[in-house]
Amino acid sequence: MKPGSLLRITGMIRKECLQVIRDPSSIAIAFFLPLLLLLIFGYGVSLDAKNVPIALVVEQPGAQALSFSGGFYQSPYFAPVPMLSIQEAETALRQSKVDGIVWLRANFDREYLNKESPPISVIVNGVDANTARLVEGYVQGIWFGWLEQEAERAGKKLRSPIQLEQRIWFNPQVRSTLFLVPGVLAVIMTLIGALLTALVIAREWERGTMEALLVTRISVIELLLGKLIPYFILGMGGLSLSLFMAKFLFHVPLRGSFWLLLATSALFLLVALGMGLFISTIVRSQFVAALVALVSTFLPAFILSGFIFDIQSMPLVIQGVTHLIAARYYVSILQTLFLVGDVWGVILPNSAALLAMAVIFLGLVYRKTRKNLE
Amino acid sequence: MTGPFVSPVSDSSPQSAALTLEQVSKTFLVDKKRITALTGVSCTIRPQRVTGLIGPDGAGKTTLMRLCAGLLTPDQGRLTALAIDVVREPLKVQASIGYMPQRFGLYEDLSVQENMDLYADLQGVAAALRPERYAQLLAMSGLEGFRRRLAGRLSGGMKQKLGLVCTLVRPPRLLLLDEPTVGVDPVSRRELWEIVYHLVEAEGMSVLLSTAYLDEAERCAEVVLMHHGQILGHDQPEAFSRQVAGRTWLVRSPLLPKRTLQRELSQHPAVLDALILGTAIRVVAQGQGDLQRELAPLDPTLEITAVAPRFEDYFVATLKGGARATALNNTITLQRAGNRFAGQDVITADNLVRRFGDFLAVDRVSFRVHSGEIFGLLGANGAGKTTTFRMLCGLLPISGGHCTVAGLNLRTAAAAARARIGYMAQKFSLYGNLTVLQNLKFFSSAYGLQGARRTAQIDWALATFDLEQFLSSESQALPLGFKQRLALAVALMHEPEVLFLDEPTSGVDPLARREFWTQINSLADQGVTVLVTTHFMEEAEYCDRLVIMAEGQVLAEGTPEDVKARYGGAKGPEATMEEAFISLLETNPQRSAAA
Repeated sequence: MKPGSLLRITGMIRKECLQVIRDPSSIAIAFFLPLLLLLIFGYGVSLDAKNVPIALVVEQPGAQALSFSGGFYQSPYFAPVPMLSIQEAETALRQSKVDGIVWLRANFDREYLNKESPPISVIVNGVDANTARLVEGYVQGIWFGWLEQEAERAGKKLRSPIQLEQRIWFNPQVRSTLFLVPGVLAVIMTLIGALLTALVIAREWERGTMEALLVTRISVIELLLGKLIPYFILGMGGLSLSLFMAKFLFHVPLRGSFWLLLATSALFLLVALGMGLFISTIVRSQFVAALVALVSTFLPAFILSGFIFDIQSMPLVIQGVTHLIAARYYVSILQTLFLVGDVWGVILPNSAALLAMAVIFLGLVYRKTRKNLE
Repeated sequence: MTGPFVSPVSDSSPQSAALTLEQVSKTFLVDKKRITALTGVSCTIRPQRVTGLIGPDGAGKTTLMRLCAGLLTPDQGRLTALAIDVVREPLKVQASIGYMPQRFGLYEDLSVQENMDLYADLQGVAAALRPERYAQLLAMSGLEGFRRRLAGRLSGGMKQKLGLVCTLVRPPRLLLLDEPTVGVDPVSRRELWEIVYHLVEAEGMSVLLSTAYLDEAERCAEVVLMHHGQILGHDQPEAFSRQVAGRTWLVRSPLLPKRTLQRELSQHPAVLDALILGTAIRVVAQGQGDLQRELAPLDPTLEITAVAPRFEDYFVATLKGGARATALNNTITLQRAGNRFAGQDVITADNLVRRFGDFLAVDRVSFRVHSGEIFGLLGANGAGKTTTFRMLCGLLPISGGHCTVAGLNLRTAAAAARARIGYMAQKFSLYGNLTVLQNLKFFSSAYGLQGARRTAQIDWALATFDLEQFLSSESQALPLGFKQRLALAVALMHEPEVLFLDEPTSGVDPLARREFWTQINSLADQGVTVLVTTHFMEEAEYCDRLVIMAEGQVLAEGTPEDVKARYGGAKGPEATMEEAFISLLETNPQRSAAA
């Protein structure tokens, strides 16, 4: 280490800290934004269908029909709205007052008793494909449940060739919060790491402070460390806040090791910081830096990381692209650590990918950062 | 020395030089076009004195400074600073010199003390040495009382001084200052110069200081004059002005108004340059002959007295050279005749106030502008000129007070009222990627011109401002002077009665500035009322009346002669506007209370 190096680095770090403390926008990005995102994804956004409004048209309320439709009232997934005619129900569907129609025609009881397949019509609003699929499945579930119940009452076993015994591991209640909240962590870390870092350096260019810094004795590596260290600490702070909220507000279990989580998060943060610094070596205005950071880091972390949209169901080309997205590896680590445990088979390859990306980005930054204005 | 250029001083051996440049060239690639910033520049900056690097904007001063600081690499040539090869060892150079960029990198959300600490850390100043150095620097800059204040809350002049302090936390042997005084109020400017002198005398520093103000040449020990990326001359400032000795005169007329006199003089074959200075016209003659005799046929009543030559005279004489009277159309003729407001106040401001948060940008500003007058708002950057301007134009809501323009409040009046004003913004605010013609077409329709009148006005603009040659060039590619003409053309196409000019001449060279003012004068002669802001003290001389603003307040109002007579001290009306401004600021109770 060159003489005075430590002094220069600590001087830079102290300056960055003072700036973060005095600049509300840094605080907002580091703490307020994570808070907001967690609250939105923890409480607001849910991929589960619950209390789906559904029109229930029972043309002739016979004993069987009533017994079957009763199942809908007990189900937590549906909020049935009884309607008298299919026309009324169709109007409601068109106006989006209900998301589906279950239509038991007048001959339901008779057909059922005649051992024929009774005519249930299910009409689902396909505008929201996700809900439509869920509604479809839940209706089928209720139908099978009811058949089984009827068969039991008649003292018979349901004549079905295959019995489906379904169990969901790791998240038995299928609460989407449990996998969304860990996913949000990846988005938050990207935000602090890439967006904030790119912004603060672009600001130095805009305000002309960079030119003054460059002519001091500071070396490239000292300059980079002076930027990396404070934002690394800030990022870990944002992470701690998010972890605290995940644990105590949303009751997301942490089944893996806490220290492993910290270590892998630190690794991901280095990648994000590397991306932020890289952007700042190319772009010198805050506005452009923010746009580039959002488009190249934040949005991919959202869309292509497998945090909301399953990577396996993407087209092959896009699947290939996701391998370039650091958040993909981190989301995979996070979801495993939170919901499953220390599964080394998942953690190790993903961490290796993160490590490689950190080395590449930081290496690029070191090579591209110059102590001049060319 | 008889040649047009002054030859460089050539006594110092390379060892004793603080800085040498040998055949340095630098080009930039902008939008796939090569822009030449410096061509074959050679000079030697001698140690332990102040060398001024003087030239208009775009002359290449900042590029030269950055090359010397090792922030840019030259395409060709060698640079040596303090006997270190700058190109080969930029880090070593940066460790031994001090460099203050044009917009010095103060961290505005850090206090004065914190800024100093940061630069002390970065420059490796030992902790034990700091208290003494800080005390010394703060005393020198007059910032002792502001250690805890955030840099962003300092006035423009104080910021500039803090920038200098931060550059000096570790005393360098060579100090490069890039335009430290531009836009700074005259008092701070003078204080900055005193600091620089002190550094040279007490600490034996070598200083290279760039400036766009030609009048600062006289404050330097040596001057390097730059223009269009080349060095026009390098010598002591007196040597430059000596070149035009015997050719500079003051002309007064008991009969003619000053603008008329100036116009007539500038058209006279014996006159190279004529400039309004207070009530008189300052003339640079073509030759050293007796101007009295030559001008006698024009008007025998003229009072002509010889004056001492200035640095700017040399600059203008060299550039105008023999090829004087460029065929440019210097007067603008509007088709609209007469003046509806003759004898009235066209612009009124009564106790105008503008707050931004808890910051009072404009504080109870009042003035009246008469019809057909050129009225100036004079002040340093941050004095509140532009804010006042924007309120008058209706671009910014007012926090208190009243203002009217042509009898209307532009904030609330219909768009038709805006058709009476022309506005030329501080920065080039036309569409850079449209051609000249497209800009003219767009703005003429935006101002509501149609049909034959629109065509006629576009033709008028092209002819008057000599823009035909650039008809289909992109406006951003125009030379600076032509950009400014285009902007003025756009502001005038609808023949407004009131013209607002916000810092119209910042960044243009003295020749273009003269041409611009000639045009403005011809407009005023036709009854157009002109309101102009400027931080060039000398431009105040061209105004009929002016107000001097500082920290959001009007400190003085009157004709230039008035202001100089009242505040010029012992010199009275013979003082320069700058001297008047300084004594005005120093006697202002508000300011002395704050400092």
